Amino acid sequence: MLGNLVVIIISMVLVNNYPLAQFLGICPFLGVSKDLDSAKGMGWAVVFVMVVATAATWPLQQVLNHFGIGYLQTVVFILVIAFLVQLIEMFMKKSMPALYTALGVYLPLITTNCTVLGVCISNIDNNYGYIESLVNAFGAGLGYLFGMLLMAGVRTKLVDEENFPSPFRGFPIVLVTAAIMSLGFMGFSGMFS
Amino acid sequence: MAKEGSKLQYLTNGILKENPSLVLVLGTCPTLATTSSVTNGFGMGISAAAVLICSNIVISAIRKLVPDKVRIPCYITVIAGFVTVVQLLLQAYVPTLYSSLGLYIPLIVVNCIILGRAEMFANKHTVFESALDGIGMGLGFTLTLVVMGSIREILGAGTWLGIPLLSKFIPGMGIFNLAPGGFFVFAVVMACAHWLTRDKSKIRDTVGEMDLFTEAQELKEKKEA
Repeated sequence: MLGNLVVIIISMVLVNNYPLAQFLGICPFLGVSKDLDSAKGMGWAVVFVMVVATAATWPLQQVLNHFGIGYLQTVVFILVIAFLVQLIEMFMKKSMPALYTALGVYLPLITTNCTVLGVCISNIDNNYGYIESLVNAFGAGLGYLFGMLLMAGVRTKLVDEENFPSPFRGFPIVLVTAAIMSLGFMGFSGMFS
Repeated sequence: MAKEGSKLQYLTNGILKENPSLVLVLGTCPTLATTSSVTNGFGMGISAAAVLICSNIVISAIRKLVPDKVRIPCYITVIAGFVTVVQLLLQAYVPTLYSSLGLYIPLIVVNCIILGRAEMFANKHTVFESALDGIGMGLGFTLTLVVMGSIREILGAGTWLGIPLLSKFIPGMGIFNLAPGGFFVFAVVMACAHWLTRDKSKIRDTVGEMDLFTEAQELKEKKEA
């Protein structure tokens, strides 16, 4: 059981890394990775919201299944996530001001971050149990944080844009960077069969 | 944004000048994830376009009824409803496409193109204009996906729509079907779009999603002040 959970975490962080291998959450991955601090803030906010959202949506799916209305999954999940993000923001602002200043600005962006809805749905699709789902969400969040930090680290060295041909300035060169990074992550595939 | 443009401009803007994925940098996830073949790219493009057109129409129709504060949740509900419809239709009529797109169909809900156009366009324009914008943006998105899908399928598998092209002469370069190839082809296609538009001022260094975010922040600050 414990070994299984460790395998889930390692596979989510390295093998099935969300931004670099599965193409989930690319918008903030490109948008918020300009410096290490904001990448760190966004990454931890994603870890937090993913785990909380999974904790809430997994039991809800069982309720939906019980009443035979599983097809409402998309509508219900996205509303729950939007609601949760709002609630977390309000709660943090009131009782954890230090954490709010660190993560708060990234919270509204997370509603439209596909990793959160993605991890909730893939937990259901993979038929994970409750504990496995939570661990899977945590691993996916850690993988996202890891990818963001690596990307931000590389991008701080990319400031001298004069070296690139002009059409490649801006996002294209960042995408080329991501391509090379994901080539590295491909090396991990096949770690588990 | 074509503020004084003719109606036709709303339609054509999306194709290159304001192409949602190449110029506005919205909806990058499906652009990368579903373009390993032309069929998948086209299927994704059409599904997203259908949701975009329907949600643009409904949102501009209800734009005066919805209070500003609960705007985003309302939009998301409308979008999620249409996504569920598309999901069920695909599942019933094209089950092979449904299974190959998999997770990315429900994720149309959080595709920033749709919420982005709702925020930036549909809640400020009439129903007819929003429908035109939806069609234009949908076409632009589908076109981008088909172009990317073609490049990746021809180089990666040597076929186009399953018809063997290059595969008779050289073996496919499988890397183009995998994640690194996706990023690389997207980079090149985006650079081409930058070169074609030739308008350096339009080259952005933030994703379109960030505009929504800063706009929302400003609105919030204005209200608090």
